[in-house]
Amino acid sequence: MIKTQNLFYFYQEQESDNKTQVLKDISLDIPKGEFVALLGHNGSGKSTLARTFNAILIPEGGKVYVDGLDTSDENLLYEIRKKAGMVFQNPDNQLVATIVEEDIAFGPENLGVESKEIRKRVDDALNAVGMRAYISHAPHMLSGGQKQRVAIAGILAMKPECIILDESTAMLDPSGRKEVMDTIKKLNHELNMTVILITHYMEEAAQADRVIVLDEGKVVMDGKPDEVFCQVDRLKELRLGVPEVTELSYILKQKGVDLGDGILTTDDFMDRFKAVIGK
Amino acid sequence: MLGDITLGQFYPTNSIIHKLDPRVKIMIALLIIVGLFVADSFYAYLLCTLFIAIAVFLSKVPVGFIFKGLKPLLFIMVFTAVINVFLTDGRTLFKVWFLRATYEGVIIAFVMVLRLFLLVTATTLLTLTTSPIMLTDGIERLLKPFNAIKVPSHEIAMMMTIALRFIPTLLEETDKIIKAQSARGADFTTGSILKRAKAMIPILIPLFISSFKRADELATAMECRCYKGGDGRTKLKVLKCEKRDYIALFSIVILLILIIFLNIFAG
Repeated sequence: MIKTQNLFYFYQEQESDNKTQVLKDISLDIPKGEFVALLGHNGSGKSTLARTFNAILIPEGGKVYVDGLDTSDENLLYEIRKKAGMVFQNPDNQLVATIVEEDIAFGPENLGVESKEIRKRVDDALNAVGMRAYISHAPHMLSGGQKQRVAIAGILAMKPECIILDESTAMLDPSGRKEVMDTIKKLNHELNMTVILITHYMEEAAQADRVIVLDEGKVVMDGKPDEVFCQVDRLKELRLGVPEVTELSYILKQKGVDLGDGILTTDDFMDRFKAVIGK
Repeated sequence: MLGDITLGQFYPTNSIIHKLDPRVKIMIALLIIVGLFVADSFYAYLLCTLFIAIAVFLSKVPVGFIFKGLKPLLFIMVFTAVINVFLTDGRTLFKVWFLRATYEGVIIAFVMVLRLFLLVTATTLLTLTTSPIMLTDGIERLLKPFNAIKVPSHEIAMMMTIALRFIPTLLEETDKIIKAQSARGADFTTGSILKRAKAMIPILIPLFISSFKRADELATAMECRCYKGGDGRTKLKVLKCEKRDYIALFSIVILLILIIFLNIFAG
């Protein structure tokens, strides 16, 4: 679905000729239907990388292909953005219209979709994110999690194949985060949507199929969540955490209680803990 | 403190006036203003008054609601009336000190106030019965023919929509900034007007900075949703004129013709 080849990106520093290298030689292949979590501490280049996926930023070296389409080809710009939709951090700053349904219609309206078809897409998108009841609400009357679900619906209405969430849960409270996570997991499972989730919450990353860790513009870890999160020391070096239960089992292991590696969820932890204690 | 605001002054009642096409309503509002300025006889004003009264009745908006919109204009109305009563030449009605009220002045004053009153009632009725979205939609469509002379109709409508969308968001933010600055010891409620105006600066600067940031983020988000201006854009809700819209347009045209007719023959 998304393929990068030797991707490089620089930022021009203000008031000097220095260029900061943000992305260094990134080659990734994200197949269709995969749920990928992108991790990295601040300034690791993860947002920049995500922005090259829908041609908001064009790489300065290397190539990015979205479903085989080259993002550096300007003629394909809208085709690419239609395929790879992006949801941002602040829910307030991405909703355009004063009524939920009008906002969701914004994308398809831009694409020149027929009104009848737009109507259908708006309804489908609202159902997919479970916001049908709020069709004629004003966005500012909704909670953070609801706004973010509307933003996701706005992307869905363009019928994308991939949805990129750039720290979309960062400004939400725990219940809002859960709403959004449940929604994207549902989209991933039911609609086979490719999901790229940038997050600081390790518990969220643990729910993905694949975790990619960036540091100083390079891919430093790439694998299944349990493979990545069992390297607790390595992640700490990269100034990242691990899910709480993973850390707990890591500490227990150091103290002599070995529950095994790759514990990512509380349920899993409890099962294994009970099994060990029960002995 | 700034939380409870309604956008515009839309008063939904689902009446026939509400259901009229916004383009038709905007046109009628404009034409009735023209009519009021052209009108030159007693019967013409009577017709205009009747027309607006019927519209108010059909809209099912409480009359008190409309009068509330007139309150800020009370001063201008009284001022206009007084000026006209005393400064028009003609037969003396009564004298106060050196000021002379005239018979003609009273008539002109009455006409002026009636004209203002009807003007404001008509436009208030437009905003009371048309939601902001419909209004912007209507304006966009009505301005479309002017694209030829480089009037950016789509951009104007888009700006209006975004402004409406962000009014509550920015109000909320202002509220937060006021609280944050108060917590740091800022005083907005005492001192001279000048001092209070100066106290607003620490509110406005953060507000401006965050607005620019918001605008930047919104622009990126809009680009991500394939926004490329008005060309080739479709609409979720297409405005369509129905029978009632033609009837409404027909009635305003009749009214205008009658006014002109009365001007010529009864004036």
